[in-house]
Parts: sequence; structure tokens; C-alpha cells
Amino acid sequence: MCEEPFAEAARAAGVAIDELIRQIEHWKNDGTIRRFGAVLAHRSAGFRVNAMGVWNVPEARVEEFGRAASECPQVSHCYRRPPFEGFRFNVYTMIHGASREQCEQAARIISERTGITDYTLLYTTREFKKSSPAYFSKPD
Amino acid sequence: MDEIDKQLLNIAQTDFPIARRPYKLLGERLGIGEQEALRRVRRLLRSGVIRRIGPSFDSKKLGYVSTLVAAKVPEDRLDEVAAIVGSYPEVTHNYARDHEYNLWFTLICESEHRLRDVLDEIELRTGVAEMHSLPAEQTFKLKVDFELR
Repeated sequence: MCEEPFAEAARAAGVAIDELIRQIEHWKNDGTIRRFGAVLAHRSAGFRVNAMGVWNVPEARVEEFGRAASECPQVSHCYRRPPFEGFRFNVYTMIHGASREQCEQAARIISERTGITDYTLLYTTREFKKSSPAYFSKPD
Repeated sequence: MDEIDKQLLNIAQTDFPIARRPYKLLGERLGIGEQEALRRVRRLLRSGVIRRIGPSFDSKKLGYVSTLVAAKVPEDRLDEVAAIVGSYPEVTHNYARDHEYNLWFTLICESEHRLRDVLDEIELRTGVAEMHSLPAEQTFKLKVDFELR
């Protein structure tokens, strides 16, 4: 944490600061960097509860459902994933709320809007690990 | 957190200045000085409101592969299995959830091959046979910044 963090990073990487800044801008523009900035803890935004909503959506309606669920501001991630034996759900939504009730309400709204009623919420009971990926790091 | 903190967080999440003196520019946008902006960011980092400041890469564009794994672990072995799973640097999230599939973790690896190896190793070391790798087939939303009001 200093006045010139990019100068420090450039020194560490052995490149000129202008070059580093150009490279970051380039990666932002082509999408290699999705976002550059502060990553907040969910709870600081008032989201203490995290529910993984899993939905059983007919194949033909997955696209439409994915778009509708993504419009919900409490949904941070929405993916199609393969179902497996004993687990019929094929769309996943990460839902954040101040309480379980808020998560349930968000899921209910998605369900009402889409007509998809076969879903369940899996609440986080313990967070064993939460970290950012380390790319191109080689173990010593 | 006051109004300036909230504004600062909204700007710092989505529009962090990429420049030699980012905190000077951030301060200008908030009507405060560089030192005041730095002081606030330091405090927000220390108190854990900000987890980190930096790039969030599109892992796919870097050639990485990722998956979500659902595991069914005997309740009395949850801690032990979670510790083994979490020991891999490629495991970024590892959560217990209230379901018969009670351990869910994300894995991000440099290749399909490495991902397979890590999964095989975890299965072998934990003895948990009920483990399903569920890679995303389609991404509808990935938005991890929040607007603070």
C-alpha cells in the first residue's frame, strides 16, 4: 500500500511502469482482465448469507431462465452445469442476502418470473477456504 | 463507513485508476486529497471490507480450466476431508453446505490434465468416492462487484 502501487509492481516484474499500465489497459480492453480494482468481502455489502440455488430447468428453457435469473441483483454467478445421477439440477445461481429469508425471497421471485418451481437452496454452513486463484505460479 | 467510504468503494471496484498515482486520481473524484484516499483504503483493507485490490482475470482466456465439485462426505469426516481438499492451491473455494452433498469446492488448474490429476489425488487421499466434477457449460452471469448505497 503506497502512493505508486503500479511503479512498485512494475519494478517487481522488471518492466517500465508505462509498459505495465499499457499492458493492463490492453488486457482490460480484450477481456483478459474482467475487472481491475477492489474486491470486497460479501459481508461488507450487507450480504451475510450465501445460498447456492440449484434449478431443474427443461433443456429448451435454459437460455431464457439463465437470462432471467441473471437479472436478479442478488445473483452474483449463474451457470449451466451438468446434472448427475441423483442430482437433477442443471442451472446454478449464487444468491447473496442479509438473511436466509432474503435469499429465499430472491429465489421465489426468480421462480415466479420463470415458472421454474423445481429448485432447492444449499446454504453455506462453513467456509473452509476462500481465496483468489494464483496464475502461473510455480511451486518451489 | 461514511458516504465517502461508500463512494470510494463503488469507484475502486469498477473504475480503479490505472495510473502512476491512482490514489491522487481517486481522491480528486471524491473531493479529498491523496493521503486521505490512501488512509481510507488502508483502513478498509485492514478491517476486511476490501479483500484485495488488483486484476480479476478471465481464467479461460489465460488457458486455465475450472470446475465445481460436489462431494458426499460422512459428517464425522468433514473437517479432515475439507483440510485435504483445501491444501491444494488450485482449490479456491471450499464450503460445507446443508445437503447430502455436503462439501462443494471450486478447482482452477492450468490444464485439463492437471485438473484430472488433482481430482484423482483428492479421491485417493480422502477415500471419498461420491465426488462429481461439474464444469460450467455456459456462463450467464459473473458479477462480483456490489453497488453500495
